[in-house]
Amino acid sequence: MELLVASAIGVLTAGGIYLTLRLRTFPVILGISLLTYAVNVFLFTSGRLTIGAPPILQDGIDAYADPLPQALVLTAIVISFGMTAVVVMIGLGAFLGSDDDHVDDLPGERSQTDESASEGTS
Amino acid sequence: MSLFFIVALPFFGALLPGLMNSAGRAATAGVTFTVTLAAFVGLLTNLPSVIAGEVVMARVDWMPLLGLNFTLMLDALGFFFALLILGIGLLIIAYARHYLSRDDNMGQFFTYLLLFQGAMVGIVLSDNILLLLVFWELTSLSSFLLIGYWKHLPEGRQGARMALTVTGMGGLAMIGGMLMLGQVAGSYDLSVILQNRDLIQADPLYVPVLILILFGCFTKSAQFPFHFWLPHAMAAPTPVSAYLHSATMVKAGIFLMARMWPALSGTPEWFMIVTTASLVTMVLGAVIALFKHDIKALLAFSTVSHLGLITMLLGTGTAFGVMAAMFHILNHATFKAALFMSAGIIDHEAHTRDIRLLGGLRKLMPLTFFIATLAALSMAGIPLLNGFLSKEMMLEEANHTVLFNMPWLVPVLATVGSLFSAAYCFRLIGHVFLGPVRDDYPAKPHDPNAGLWLPPAILVVLVVVIGTAPFLAEPFVKMVTASVLGDTASVPKAHFKIWHGLVPALFMSIAAVVGGLLMLSIFKPALRLWDATPRPEAKPIFEAIVESAVSLARAVILPLHNGAFSRYAAIGSITIVAAGYHAWSTGAISAPTYEMQPAGIVPFAGWLMLVAATFGMVMMHRNRLLSLILIGIVGLMVSLGFVYFSAPDLAMTQFTVEVVTIILLLLALNFLPNKTPIESSVLRRVRDTGVAIIGGIAAFGLSYHYMLRDAVSAPISEFHLANSYKGGGGTNVVNVILVDFRGFDTYGEIIVLSIAALLIFALTETLLGGPVRARLVNRKPDQLRAGNTHPMMMVVLTRGIMPVVLMVGFYIFLRGHNEPGGGFIAGLIVSIAVVMQYMASGFGWASARLRYPYHGVIGAGVLIAGLTGIGSWFVGKPFLTSDFTYVRIPPFEKFELATAALFDLGVFLAVVGAVMLSLESFSRIARQAGPDNSEHAMDIDPSRDDPARALDASAKEAV
Repeated sequence: MELLVASAIGVLTAGGIYLTLRLRTFPVILGISLLTYAVNVFLFTSGRLTIGAPPILQDGIDAYADPLPQALVLTAIVISFGMTAVVVMIGLGAFLGSDDDHVDDLPGERSQTDESASEGTS
Repeated sequence: MSLFFIVALPFFGALLPGLMNSAGRAATAGVTFTVTLAAFVGLLTNLPSVIAGEVVMARVDWMPLLGLNFTLMLDALGFFFALLILGIGLLIIAYARHYLSRDDNMGQFFTYLLLFQGAMVGIVLSDNILLLLVFWELTSLSSFLLIGYWKHLPEGRQGARMALTVTGMGGLAMIGGMLMLGQVAGSYDLSVILQNRDLIQADPLYVPVLILILFGCFTKSAQFPFHFWLPHAMAAPTPVSAYLHSATMVKAGIFLMARMWPALSGTPEWFMIVTTASLVTMVLGAVIALFKHDIKALLAFSTVSHLGLITMLLGTGTAFGVMAAMFHILNHATFKAALFMSAGIIDHEAHTRDIRLLGGLRKLMPLTFFIATLAALSMAGIPLLNGFLSKEMMLEEANHTVLFNMPWLVPVLATVGSLFSAAYCFRLIGHVFLGPVRDDYPAKPHDPNAGLWLPPAILVVLVVVIGTAPFLAEPFVKMVTASVLGDTASVPKAHFKIWHGLVPALFMSIAAVVGGLLMLSIFKPALRLWDATPRPEAKPIFEAIVESAVSLARAVILPLHNGAFSRYAAIGSITIVAAGYHAWSTGAISAPTYEMQPAGIVPFAGWLMLVAATFGMVMMHRNRLLSLILIGIVGLMVSLGFVYFSAPDLAMTQFTVEVVTIILLLLALNFLPNKTPIESSVLRRVRDTGVAIIGGIAAFGLSYHYMLRDAVSAPISEFHLANSYKGGGGTNVVNVILVDFRGFDTYGEIIVLSIAALLIFALTETLLGGPVRARLVNRKPDQLRAGNTHPMMMVVLTRGIMPVVLMVGFYIFLRGHNEPGGGFIAGLIVSIAVVMQYMASGFGWASARLRYPYHGVIGAGVLIAGLTGIGSWFVGKPFLTSDFTYVRIPPFEKFELATAALFDLGVFLAVVGAVMLSLESFSRIARQAGPDNSEHAMDIDPSRDDPARALDASAKEAV
């Protein structure tokens, strides 16, 4: 079980990093989202894996999953939505303003795309 | 007056000149003068205690764990400097009122001046050396603003930058020195440090501490080889030069050397460094000053020379030296400020400061001639003026100082310095005021109004009074000396006298004055010789050093930081992994404490879907819509994983967030291209794959390792489980943690979320207010639009489902404290219900029915949560303490009322508002571009085709 979860975290991280290294805003945003999943799951697993024992107190049961990472991850999920929304807005604004959705700011090293951009506007 | 007020007055007063700016120049200067006068009077109220030998203290613990306390102390030394700063400050303010022209923004000038004044007073009154450092840096910053006050002049900007670079560099060194000193002495309080002389000087860190602190002092007080910034700072308005370079800024380094004198001085290292540097400074400054043609440049180098003189007196390490230094600080402040102000008057009236263009002003400006001549003669060391007295003491001290085993060296150098000093003073008098009246001045010089000549005149009165009746100043200087030395007993008994008899110092003095006159008589050939001698210019050297530092920094930084986000991301990933690997390989890894749990077929299926979807995203990310669907699958699998691993709250949150995120990304994708073109080379993709795999393996290794072992120390989760019901009144521990145990965290988080939403709103406003709007309106969609954008079935369905979803949200909210649910999840569910209306019925229709703007909802949420927290103050509890009780209203079951529920309501409202404001902002962009401006919910509505029914319907709508 632990192996499955750990490998899932690894795969999400790897996918997230690869997409974050792309050159356009949209894949980078998706990559950051994948990394968010990976980080949230990782934080969640710091309470170790517990099956079938949610931290809802009941009489007669005294083994529960660790509630603290859950509470922390819960707010992390909501905040990551806010962060994604801001990043998307910035990316969208940049694209609408310049007709260009590159993430790298490298003037002079982009002759090819400059051509395609000028084709698009002409 | 409390010391706090004395330090705070200039800082708070700095707000006033800016406000008074429109009330006129007199009012602006008046308010500045009043503020300074108040601080000055406040300082004087402490005089009786200082005379009585007490040390006035004022203390507030600020960060006691770091040893950083807001501790002020006032002894005779601090009083002396504060008196100079505030007293000369008053004269400078009065002078500047008349000096600045109408084009200068006077409010700005006086604001800077008061900031500087406050920082200086802070330095001299600080008892804590960390606090002193803060004020020290503040003087660097505020003097930068003052020197560069004439922003339109390149010399002003360059001079200010140079001063900031040099003094800031010294400030950095000083931070290091002070921190080490605090470690060595065991305290950052000066009162403790000064008592621990032996401990400090025996420490192996003594030499580094000394060098670093002296570095700071030397840069500030313009000692060789850091003297070069001071003349360039002369580009400032003359009142600034007079203030900074006579009484304040450059004296800060000297103040600190005097302050640290009991702890640091008296060692061979101190003697060698301080005396050597200061002797060089003194002679060099005096020689250069003689050949400067700009009056202010001449005075600047003479300041450098005199600072060297004072520093040398401190360097010798004897009590007599300290007394002479203190006396000369007082004398130098009076005659130099008067001279700077006279130079300003000449500049103001004759429109030039070039000595070669002047001469004969004696007849045209008799008053200025009188003031400047007395001050200059005092500087030259002519008897009956105060400069003579302290210069005699300096020569006397030099006579007893042996450097490098050569007894003649210091006396000869001191005499040479005095000789050149006398020469440039005579040149100032002779070439500016004496000689024939010329007829080619740039402007016709005449004596200024009283506002300009009165301040220097007051100082010159002091020059003469102290010079003729030195016994008046003697008790005060001795009191200051005692406070530098730390005890009264070791203060020298020698009295201040004009006539000491035929002592060597007198002959040295006579030699200097006579030599100075001779030097002036051979000035022309000497100048030719000087001009012919090649010598290094400080400014190009400084600029070359700065330039090479910049290119070095570029060479290091540009490969890492070239504007390419993907490069930062790659470097960051690799660095994190490398740091983690270092920790892994150097740390000890314990044996697993958990058994691996068996995995069934269902978890495996979920895992497979997650991994497949992630791979699919990586492989097919160029098709953006497809990758959006795939990330939905990933999110879904993560939510299911949370369900499986006993985290129902997380699952619900993840699931609902997933829905709104996908909607948001779809809205954005509406405008972004649908496809990502292939741009990166194969090599680059291989590199990125490598980085990704390394990162993935690291994350896998870390989490796998982690999950099978216990934490190093016991987690605090047990406390939450044990106290959730007893203390928080809820059985859902996660929710109790959110709204109760860690309510303050949650409060911060909803504020962050709200700020994010407001930021999105603000960005949208900016976009739609700019050129993007026109582009959006003219935009042609790259795909066919749907014929029926708001299908009737969907409109009817969403409207019917709305109350049900709201009810679910309400239910989830209420049960949150005891069962999975709560404000966050309820807020997301309600947001989805509202978003569905937007999607189905259109933006126009939905926003027309919006009663409360989302900003208001956000504000209400944060306010409710905050007020709930504040409510606990009224019962004497800390912020956000919760309380609960059980009530029974027949015929219902007994139920719980908790203040935490009210807090959760705030969370709920903030989440709804934030999510909706974000999505609404995106929709507004879409609305600008799309044809969707319909007021109607449905594109095809049979009722609209029937005129009678349509009329009926619109009448209903109107009601």
